[in-house]
Amino acid sequence: MEHSYFFIAMIYLAAAVIFIPIARKLGLGSVLGYLLAGVVIGPSLMGFIGQEGQDIMHFAEFGVVMMLFLIGIELEPALLWNMRAPILGLGGLQVLITTALITGLALLIGQPLNASLALGMTLSLSSTAIVLQSLKEKGQLGSSAGQSAFSVLLFQDIAVIPMLAIFPLLAGADTGNSAPHEHTLRDNLPAWAQTLVVLGAVTVIIVAGIYLVRPLLRVIAKARVRELFTAFALLLVVSISVLMSLVGLSPALGAFLGGVVLANSEYRHELESDIEPFKGLLLGLFFMAVGASIDFKLVLSMPWVILGLVVALMAIKAITLLILGKTFRISIEQNLLFAMALSQVGEFAFVLLSFTQQNNILPTNTVSIMTAVVALSMAFTPLLLLLHERLIQPRFNKKESANTREADEIHGKHPVIIAGFGRFGNIVGRFLRVNGIQATILDLDSDRVDALHNLGVKVYYGDASRQDLLAAAGAADAKVIIIAMDTVEQTLEVVKIVRKHFPHLQMLVKAENIPDTYELMDLGVLHIYRETLDTSLRMGADALQMLGVRAYHAQRSVNTFRKQDEKALKGLSAIRNDKKLYINTVKERIEELEKLMSSDRVSRWNPSTQGWDEQSMIDEANQD
Amino acid sequence: MAKILILFAHPALEKSRVHAQLLTAIRGMQGITLHDLYEVYPDMNIDVRHEQSLLLQHDIILFQHPLYWYSAPAIIKQWMDLVLEHGWAYGRTGTALRGKTAGNVISAGSQETAYHKEGWHRHTASEFMLPFRQTAALCNMQYIEPYVIYGTHKLNYSGISEAAIAYKQMLEQLRDGQLKIQ
Repeated sequence: MEHSYFFIAMIYLAAAVIFIPIARKLGLGSVLGYLLAGVVIGPSLMGFIGQEGQDIMHFAEFGVVMMLFLIGIELEPALLWNMRAPILGLGGLQVLITTALITGLALLIGQPLNASLALGMTLSLSSTAIVLQSLKEKGQLGSSAGQSAFSVLLFQDIAVIPMLAIFPLLAGADTGNSAPHEHTLRDNLPAWAQTLVVLGAVTVIIVAGIYLVRPLLRVIAKARVRELFTAFALLLVVSISVLMSLVGLSPALGAFLGGVVLANSEYRHELESDIEPFKGLLLGLFFMAVGASIDFKLVLSMPWVILGLVVALMAIKAITLLILGKTFRISIEQNLLFAMALSQVGEFAFVLLSFTQQNNILPTNTVSIMTAVVALSMAFTPLLLLLHERLIQPRFNKKESANTREADEIHGKHPVIIAGFGRFGNIVGRFLRVNGIQATILDLDSDRVDALHNLGVKVYYGDASRQDLLAAAGAADAKVIIIAMDTVEQTLEVVKIVRKHFPHLQMLVKAENIPDTYELMDLGVLHIYRETLDTSLRMGADALQMLGVRAYHAQRSVNTFRKQDEKALKGLSAIRNDKKLYINTVKERIEELEKLMSSDRVSRWNPSTQGWDEQSMIDEANQD
Repeated sequence: MAKILILFAHPALEKSRVHAQLLTAIRGMQGITLHDLYEVYPDMNIDVRHEQSLLLQHDIILFQHPLYWYSAPAIIKQWMDLVLEHGWAYGRTGTALRGKTAGNVISAGSQETAYHKEGWHRHTASEFMLPFRQTAALCNMQYIEPYVIYGTHKLNYSGISEAAIAYKQMLEQLRDGQLKIQ
């Protein structure tokens, strides 16, 4: 089918707009949504897009390029240097061990040595795009699993340089190179010269980045035309891609390097925000292209071979990662996430596979099977992560305290128990402490507990939703429990346990937002503290003062607003299930509040400040 | 040249007719420190050490405020309760304020005639300031008669302007020692 570019664009965009909200609603994450969208519009199902899927993939790989540029730009060389241990250790070992294992396996099956090595190296890589995007969406990039995953991915991206340099050396003597493909500068060079070209290109990027791009950025910024800056940012990434493609290198890696070179530049954030939207769209396109490129005809013709390969590959990678994670002392729960997240094969594999085909390292048949395997392993990853989130993690949270880490023994009893010592509970605890009030602190995040121990803060590891643990923490004799767990689910759990087993304890409970507040109200909690309410109002008061409003007025205004807001919330909680009534009442409350506040501001007095008003006295005096 | 500290209190200056103009008239005067209590301590959380050091740096302390219920707005009382510490402002060792001068600058809604033995309020403005007078005495300070702007309920804009100019002149004389203090 011949379609115009606009038609194809329309299909892709429509698929994204339809599938992503559904995927998110189902809790599947956008990556899986894009992949599914790709499968549906691809040649195997609806066939809206056919062979051009491959072309689009080339185009969409540009999204990965931009992603790596952005990752690079967020990584200052110094930060990169700080991470050298996990990058080199964890990442290096992962690539080496996985490569060795897969190469050995391929040899066992009877592949020649050079093909086995190429396969080993290719399949040892994981998908930066899928892993980082998925972890970012779940907010797990900052966790120890996320950090470790990033280190490994980074090493893999770097490892692509030597791989691309080694691949030509693996090519058989009969390099006929008959397959038509993009010609690169190094096609007709001897192997050693090709290796030199690769290293030369990398050097060019670093040197140009420092001595050419930075001064240029300054000039462009001075022009003060926003589009010009965006254009330049794009030009930069495109140029790097062209240069890298020219020498047959991975554009993504070049972009990453370019990003790192510019990480210290004062235009870093500008570049970031200019490229970000392009990255998002192209990355989505990339995921869809991956989905569309899964050749279901091939898969169905030999389902067990391909599925077996996918499962075996992912298992090998995951087990290697698990063992490495354990060696690097990642906690079991995080280690599982780490291993599952990185168990797929990455997008570089597509590049490397076509490369091996061009260089006659692997036969065409093997390449197409492996391409399907790679795409499937990528498609499985979001599913695996979903599995981890839904099935493994919750079970783990409960089990962890029982199996891997015993809840700490608690010494000394205090009138206050703090359940959850994150950024919120932390401040409450510090405040009580300076007021001479000792609290028994429980926290579920083992990394945080250890970190606090190092700071000399006495925090007990343990799940506050366990009755026995609360009892051990002295709940029977305590007066007050401050509940500030990381998630609402945990918070509600603790509230229920306290209500059931320690009804005498006064609960002070943190809520993140209004729905949480309602749920807590339903449970009969009287003292609810919305996380950002007071800070926001304090900021509002400061803003008023900067605009010339008197400090005392701003202060009273904050008090009035908070009181009204809390009162309104209590009333709204009862009717929140009647959507229409709820919305109308919210509108009314907003109006009421505005009226009340403006009466205080403009002409008539708030009843509470009536005493200072002299207007009625002036009126009376002038009547005489 | 004496240094004057004006401890100003008005909980809603943004709505004030009289004091807003008084402040405009005296702002930036040499030797005069204007200290707006409600603006500095909107939460009533008075920094006692800072207030005491301010007092030490000045010779004449004036409380400027509208007359509320024959007295000053709440923050002035809070200020006195906290800042005039025993052992610092009064008591055997409390000599920090010895020899300084204190007084009130007040605005009153009624006319001067209402502040008389036979008038509506049955006492003079000076009599109502008795707690201030005795506080000053206890702190070994000299209390000057209150400076009162009467009849503010009936003052129009130009009337208030005149009062503001007069106030400024009074402060100049006080500062330069030309005003006789009984």
